[in-house]
Amino acid sequence: MADLELTVNGTKRRVAAPETTPLIYVLHNELGLTGSRYGCGLEQCGSCMVLVDGEPVYSCSREVGTLAGRAITTIEALGSVEKPHPLQQAFIDEQAGQCGYCLSGIIIRAKALLDSNPQPSRAEIVAALDRHICRCGAHQRILHAVERAAKTMSKP
Amino acid sequence: MNAPLPLSLRENPQLTRWIRFLDDGTVRIATGRVEIGQGIVTALAQIAADELDVPLDRVKMLSGDTDEGPNELYTSSSLSIEVGGASVRLVCAEIRARMLDFLALRLNCARDELDVSDGVFTHNGVATDYDYWKVAPSIDWNAPVSGMAAPKPVSAHRLIGQSVPRFDLPAKMTGAPIFVHDLRLPGMLHARVLRQPNRGASLVSLNEAAIRRAAGSDIRIVRVHHFVAFVGEDETAVQRAVVAAPDHARWDGVRDLDPTQSEGKWLRDQQSDDRRYGAPEAKAEGRKVEATFSRGYLSHASLAPSCAVAEFKDGHLTIWSHGQGMHPLRTNVALALDIDPETVSAHHMHGAGCYGHNGADDCAMDAAIIAREIPNRPIRMLWTRQDEFGFEPLSSAMMVTLQAHLDDKGYPRDLTTEIWSGTHVQRPGVGGATLLAAEALPKPLPPWAPFDAPEERGGGATRNAVPIYAIAAHRILHHLVTTMPVRTSALRGLGAPVNVFAIEGLMDDLAANAGEDPLAYRLAMLQSDPRAHRLLTRCADMCSWSGRGAAGSGKGLGIAVGRYKNISAYAAVAAEVEVDEHVRVTRIWCTADAGLVINPDGIRNQLEGGIIQATSFALKEQVRLGGDGVRSRDWDSYPVLRFSEVPEIACELMDAREHPSLGAGECTIGPTVGAIGNAVAHALGKRVHDLPMTRERIIAALA
Repeated sequence: MADLELTVNGTKRRVAAPETTPLIYVLHNELGLTGSRYGCGLEQCGSCMVLVDGEPVYSCSREVGTLAGRAITTIEALGSVEKPHPLQQAFIDEQAGQCGYCLSGIIIRAKALLDSNPQPSRAEIVAALDRHICRCGAHQRILHAVERAAKTMSKP
Repeated sequence: MNAPLPLSLRENPQLTRWIRFLDDGTVRIATGRVEIGQGIVTALAQIAADELDVPLDRVKMLSGDTDEGPNELYTSSSLSIEVGGASVRLVCAEIRARMLDFLALRLNCARDELDVSDGVFTHNGVATDYDYWKVAPSIDWNAPVSGMAAPKPVSAHRLIGQSVPRFDLPAKMTGAPIFVHDLRLPGMLHARVLRQPNRGASLVSLNEAAIRRAAGSDIRIVRVHHFVAFVGEDETAVQRAVVAAPDHARWDGVRDLDPTQSEGKWLRDQQSDDRRYGAPEAKAEGRKVEATFSRGYLSHASLAPSCAVAEFKDGHLTIWSHGQGMHPLRTNVALALDIDPETVSAHHMHGAGCYGHNGADDCAMDAAIIAREIPNRPIRMLWTRQDEFGFEPLSSAMMVTLQAHLDDKGYPRDLTTEIWSGTHVQRPGVGGATLLAAEALPKPLPPWAPFDAPEERGGGATRNAVPIYAIAAHRILHHLVTTMPVRTSALRGLGAPVNVFAIEGLMDDLAANAGEDPLAYRLAMLQSDPRAHRLLTRCADMCSWSGRGAAGSGKGLGIAVGRYKNISAYAAVAAEVEVDEHVRVTRIWCTADAGLVINPDGIRNQLEGGIIQATSFALKEQVRLGGDGVRSRDWDSYPVLRFSEVPEIACELMDAREHPSLGAGECTIGPTVGAIGNAVAHALGKRVHDLPMTRERIIAALA
């Protein structure tokens, strides 16, 4: 059992957990952040995606001991039901989802994309999301939502 | 004359099961229909708000609750609007009418001088002192629903027909705790299950010490006969235990499957229960054409593994589940545990997309077994990804042979659809089927008896086996295979995707034989179905059918049409493909007729989703069997369509508001598979008869 200090969504949190614990269980069960969805535990579906120092990372397999001093960003950091982030608002405007289980990971990945490339082409969005599985078939709406977000977020 | 009450109202005539006016000025509408990613709860609220004349924000929905809500069995078969919505509408109309009757007497005025505005009763347009909440205690809530109050005419709808945004999506887009997976209760324990490999397999030995070592911290091992679970406060530890466990467990009586059993054609020589529907035996008149089509097994492949929470406290079992039917779940868990259903409550919570009977119910049963062993602690059971792929019921492989006798003009005068398939409905409690873990308990329930969805409910394997076209004589020969290698049950469309793929494929080939354009050939057989005729014509316009090129160019355009179950929504789909060794679906056009549309954007979302899922079925998906069961247990071995592979989709809803609402969630599945099959045939100049249309099959067709 290690005593770890993690920076999650801008706040320093102390966690007692073995260093080999996957980050997702710490988020879910120690920090009360269940927004990063558990999908496969195999780095195959992308629903658990979080950002570590701005880079997309599978929280289902990333061991928490490797994250001391790194900035972890989860879907909860973006916005809330009452006050959604412009990226989330674009998803709401496009009704870009069905079951919604994939969306935390997809929105986090889209955030990383737009942070590094504020005006991505359709092909760049597709490439960024291609490792994410949406089983309901909301793909077209999701692509439209990211394009809409790129437009609205670039406005001064 | 009144139509018979919808089934839901006949089964739940008590008004308080449906509607209550709450002290906070809202009205609570209860439904047995549950949100499974299709937006149903929002649509039902629209219906209620319109009928009651209240704004949408006054409507609170309670969905899937055995304690207070109605029993509507399963949310399945595209019936939630047709039956569930019709029930909510009648209930609301009746409540409104009863209150108006009461108030007319109280105010000594004519009833037609009264109206409702934002829940307040008005007299000749002027607000009275009365509203629903004030009048509610005065009406007889014990009188059963009569269904006699006429719902509003279409012209009076305000919210129906509007694309109201879904209530649940903002939570899902902001990571709010809305899924059952997110439920965290005080004292909760995490649990994983070591699955019995198959019915009849018995656990010979379990090296508990080795599993505890792998877990790394304290876990409890729950064993009930051949049911084994790992339970503890530390989720990481129970997960490590379940990953290690198969290497430390020895089973007897494990099945040994052969990879050839993965194919639809394997079913032809198996023991079956044979039925026949429709016209008598074919008269051997006219030219005969025969073709055989097949498909392998499909997985639901819901994005999340199944999850459930159960707690056994003071003799009462409470379950939170993402299953499709909370009332059946209660009954089935009680039966399997041999306890009184009155001592069980089941509450629905959201889960990952559900396209039919997946692992949800079985997972809830697992949680319930453990909760009984460890009372007073909520038990959160989560399946592994591998177990969701390995043990959820699959959509049966199928083989379909079509035999047509043609008239002088080359049109079928007689058609036989002969089907070999496992069942498409093996839900717990239906036809004697049980929950998975019940088979591991000391007293397993009797084995399942051959059963498939009956024809009057749209059939299972036979779903859409009757063509939409006017054909003088048609019959179905149904071979329900009774000794299946794996458990099979309902997946979106049931038998429809294979049957429509086969029928629409044959129609294209018959059109070619007759020297006719496939569109014109179809339209000639749809003269007596104006809705289908209009829909197909419009779809052909959208895809510029008239500019369709010659066959065999590597680029193809195909079209298909169907009416789900032959009684629900219509859809026509056109697909554009590019084929080298792979098939790439580049564009899809779709028209749909769902009668009166409650939420147009909600339906479009369902049409688009169905199209993408069916494209995935057609091109990529097949469960691989072998060894002790399912071999394809992750997303690499069971690939589904990705962002880089989805077509550009254009959908159009036909205005058919004068017709009753038709369930639309499954209507695109068959026509999409059919259209892609025809587009690939057009691109290659040769037909691929077996699904999925993989690279190997394309190469074989070209050889």
